[in-house]
Amino acid sequence: MSELFYDAAPNATRVAPERPRPRMYPAKPAEVTLFGTCVVDLFFPEAGLDAIRLLEREGIRVHFPDEQSCCGQPAWTSGYVNEAREVARAQLNLLDNGLPVVVPSGSCAGMFRQHYREVFAEEPDTLKRVEDLAERTFELTEFLLHVCKVDWQDLGQPTQIALHTSCSARREMNTHLHARELLGKLANVERLDHDHESECCGFGGTFSVRMPEVSGAMVLDKTRSLRESGAAEMVTADGGCLLNINGSLEKQKQTFRGRHLASFLWERVSGEVKS
Amino acid sequence: MSQRIPVKELTDSFRGRAVGALADDQLRTNFRVAMDSLMKKRADAFPDEEEREGLRELGNHIKARALSRLPDLLEQLETRLTANGVKVHWAETNEEANRIVHSIIEAKQGSQVVKGKSMVSEEMEMNDYLAERHIECLESDMGEYIVQLDGEKPSHIIMPAIHKNRFQVSRLFHDKLGVDETEDVNELIQIGRRTLRQKFLEADVGVSGVNFAIAETGTLLLVENEGNGRMSTTAPPVHIAVTGIEKVVENLRDVVPLLSLLTRSALGQPITTYVNMISGPRKADELDGPEEVHLVLLDNGRSGAFADAQLRQTLNCIRCGACMNHCPVYTRVGGHTYGEVYPGPIGKIITPHMVGLHKVPDHPSASSLCGACGEVCPVKIPIPEMLQRLRQENVKSPAEQPKVKDGGAKYSRKERAIWRFWASLNTSPVFYRLFLWGATRFGKLAPKNVGPWTENHSAPVPARRSLHDLAKAHLNQGDR
Repeated sequence: MSELFYDAAPNATRVAPERPRPRMYPAKPAEVTLFGTCVVDLFFPEAGLDAIRLLEREGIRVHFPDEQSCCGQPAWTSGYVNEAREVARAQLNLLDNGLPVVVPSGSCAGMFRQHYREVFAEEPDTLKRVEDLAERTFELTEFLLHVCKVDWQDLGQPTQIALHTSCSARREMNTHLHARELLGKLANVERLDHDHESECCGFGGTFSVRMPEVSGAMVLDKTRSLRESGAAEMVTADGGCLLNINGSLEKQKQTFRGRHLASFLWERVSGEVKS
Repeated sequence: MSQRIPVKELTDSFRGRAVGALADDQLRTNFRVAMDSLMKKRADAFPDEEEREGLRELGNHIKARALSRLPDLLEQLETRLTANGVKVHWAETNEEANRIVHSIIEAKQGSQVVKGKSMVSEEMEMNDYLAERHIECLESDMGEYIVQLDGEKPSHIIMPAIHKNRFQVSRLFHDKLGVDETEDVNELIQIGRRTLRQKFLEADVGVSGVNFAIAETGTLLLVENEGNGRMSTTAPPVHIAVTGIEKVVENLRDVVPLLSLLTRSALGQPITTYVNMISGPRKADELDGPEEVHLVLLDNGRSGAFADAQLRQTLNCIRCGACMNHCPVYTRVGGHTYGEVYPGPIGKIITPHMVGLHKVPDHPSASSLCGACGEVCPVKIPIPEMLQRLRQENVKSPAEQPKVKDGGAKYSRKERAIWRFWASLNTSPVFYRLFLWGATRFGKLAPKNVGPWTENHSAPVPARRSLHDLAKAHLNQGDR
């Protein structure tokens, strides 16, 4: 029997990491870095700009390092570790200045906060910088709610919306709670539940092109339940989900659409209505 | 007769089978309804989040502790069971396990076997092996009985016939057993029971699985709701239990929290109707029980997972099925799409160790990594992390020495080159901005059909100005 275990690593048994304690939030800083994310950069740049405006409205100076690109998530989740690590290292280097990093996309913030320590697991020196970045990284809604402690006056017309949160971000960082609480501050906005709200929209990065049929069935169900919620529109703080959901709605020739939460929030608090 | 060639050819792959399953409305409804109900049952069984999370942590620690001493515990189990009069057999492969089972039956000149539910026996394809040797195996678990009647494999590890609704079962019973059709579930169960009752009395050998094998006392613990497990393990003169080597735990105290996690996570039950604890054959002064009890301990690739610190966590699994109940992919495609014995998220992470990645190359990719499985796993297996690791092993080149059986099954120079290109794009600010410049200006000229993405979506159109562009203009102007 013992020959079954001849190549077993000694003391190799892992236990699950401790449950994260509730995060302690710092006082509102004077300056932050915005990490725009590649999807927002190319497909929803206006949402990135609205995120900057929301932060500036709180009296914060926003830096946007020109060298930023992608957090490395697509390669990481596809199993291409070396490629992911190269790209991650480039971001780590440019974000290494001690400023808080605000990210208008839950899963990318989760990449910084949770997965960089797996990406750099074999580099003890880098891990210190990774932990430091994790400590300084905030998803946009989390930052507005808990660090800026925003107090908003809702200047928009009464409306009903549905909220979609990215699965990994919700599970890794409770982004659904942050977004709900932020939306709750808007007097004229009613958030409607939708069927199977916590279920994945089917995006999953390269999953959507490797398994298009399964992914397609998932996004079809998601768009149906969003439309049937009775909401006027869907809001989400994750670029990948938004790309997936809106792309599907357009293909179906539906008029219902999703919008990045940053743009929705900016419209409500600034009173600027964009066409 | 010429038929139109379907647009998507069904292939014998996960994706090919998924296409078939997704087109079957009845199947999809059956799974959606059943999984929704199971998710609710689990949620109701854990009303207190703190208690649930504490229990999951405890379960994780107990299994980790057992795995850290696995070789020792297995030897202790063998010693104790032997002292209790149980014969212990070791099998490294399915073939070996089947040979052992067959030789036990042959020694008794047995021809009829009645089985309690056992996924390991499914893994071994024991029924087929014995049938080829003229030994009849009858499944006595109602779900297993239904799929056996229909010549199918289980589609769920806890509820083997969950892909069928009562109308389909009624029709099946009518066709195979010649009984009247009925939509009454209780009546359907009674039909099955009447057929099975006689078989328990006639069988030469009973076969069962094991939920927990307890090293300290040499006890085999088996949970079930139908009583068929107790009948299969006590009525026939010989009982053969088959199980995987990862089912061993240290002592009975460890079983209490694990049992609670198992039954609440699986069906939302505080405890199952039957909890059998088998410690040996009938003693001289006892009136019933088998004359012989055997335990077959099967490796079948498990030691391969055990050899790796990260992948070892896969062996925490107590086979509750909660991961599949909560999986948005499983819910849509059902268990048969996976093409192997263990479906769903746990199937995706355990099967590669058993059959090798060449046989299940799409298993690691068939997930959006949404994390629902890891969130509900009662022993906290980080399933998304396991899937990500398997993806790594799957795309390794031979030179990179994959650490999982048949790793590198998805190695492709072309795909590697694409990711190399992606990495150079995203590590060179000049190159990246050049890409943005091109995409924002000429994106509208991009083809309207960009591979699989446009099957479900309109073609993605880049914005006319990137955030890099907008942010720079905004921050330089100081228009705030």
